[in-house]
Amino acid sequence: MTLTCPECEGPVELAEPVRLSEIAQCADCSSELEVVGLDPVALALAPEIEEDWGE
Amino acid sequence: MIRVCVMGAAGYLGGELLRLLLGHPGTEVARAVSTRFPGRRVDSVHPNLRGRTALAFSSPDDLDACDVLLMATPHRTTMTLLPEVRRHARTVIDLSGDFRLPDAAVYERYYGVPHAAPELLGEFVPGVPELFRAELAGADLISVPGCTATAAILALRPLAGLVGPDVQIDARTGSSGSGALAGDANLHAERSGAMRVFAPVRHRHEAEVSRLTGLNARMTATGVEAVRGVQVVCHATGAADERTLRRAYREHYGGEPFVRIVAHRTGAHRLPDPKLLSGSNYCDVGFAADGDRITAIAALDNLVKGGAGAAVQCLNVRTGQPETLGLEFPGLHPI
Repeated sequence: MTLTCPECEGPVELAEPVRLSEIAQCADCSSELEVVGLDPVALALAPEIEEDWGE
Repeated sequence: MIRVCVMGAAGYLGGELLRLLLGHPGTEVARAVSTRFPGRRVDSVHPNLRGRTALAFSSPDDLDACDVLLMATPHRTTMTLLPEVRRHARTVIDLSGDFRLPDAAVYERYYGVPHAAPELLGEFVPGVPELFRAELAGADLISVPGCTATAAILALRPLAGLVGPDVQIDARTGSSGSGALAGDANLHAERSGAMRVFAPVRHRHEAEVSRLTGLNARMTATGVEAVRGVQVVCHATGAADERTLRRAYREHYGGEPFVRIVAHRTGAHRLPDPKLLSGSNYCDVGFAADGDRITAIAALDNLVKGGAGAAVQCLNVRTGQPETLGLEFPGLHPI
């Protein structure tokens, strides 16, 4: 199934059956996404560790 | 086969033109013209072409009929040559700065000399397929923008109407942008490790960027450690959030073969970085927004999408060939 990335509105493909807490990655913005609901299927940004390039 | 000749073939841009055109399935390189090395083998100057061609450089006097003439000759020289040599080709694609600006007075302000062929200035179509594809399909005179100008134009064009008229462009460029005849300031001992601000104000590409984006562009340029590569970081003011910006970039570049939107949330390369683009014809564009502050970023290989690759892309459009032909190399990682 195809959902919309909550970050950039790009298309996100999920293989069925979809499972709760499954992680997907948006091809457009590379956000890591987590399946947070199944009825209907819903995506949210997955928690991430911020990267710091010595700033 | 499209018969092509390259003038200024011994320089870095000339070498890139030869590399791309010798590997292009639809073109035949008829002549590689050089005033410095007539009679010498091309691969003695461009060693990456060993085994790819037995061609020797020709003298300018040997130039003869071809379908497309590519001019990789220096600024200020090209405008004295072109009125004479254009008769040899149906289409001329110029990579110098001499025919990028339609106004002779603006040319003189940025290049420091009066234009030698002002009557031709208005006849050139800018070599930016993303903006002028339809015009390029019928153009006999094409002028490819400068490398930093191409990066800035592609970064800023989607922002027209979303940002205020003033934009500040901070450009960083590798040493190959100085050409194959660079002077004392480009000795390795002087250049290595340097971050040289060589154009703190009034970079000559300001005029091109302003013309093609409708914005009031101001540019600074800094030479950095890299051999290849250009990156521009453009600062503007506007009310758009990142979602609006992404929509604007998708609208402009969603179908473009050589412009990629790179504004990622994860990974080691989240925004455009020229390191990944060496040898490729891609221009990566990205963005960020915070309050009324908008930053647009673009990166490309100055010798490819910033010069020779853009010229070959224009050649493909002009000659009715697939636009990506001969330009499929994706770059290297790691490099």
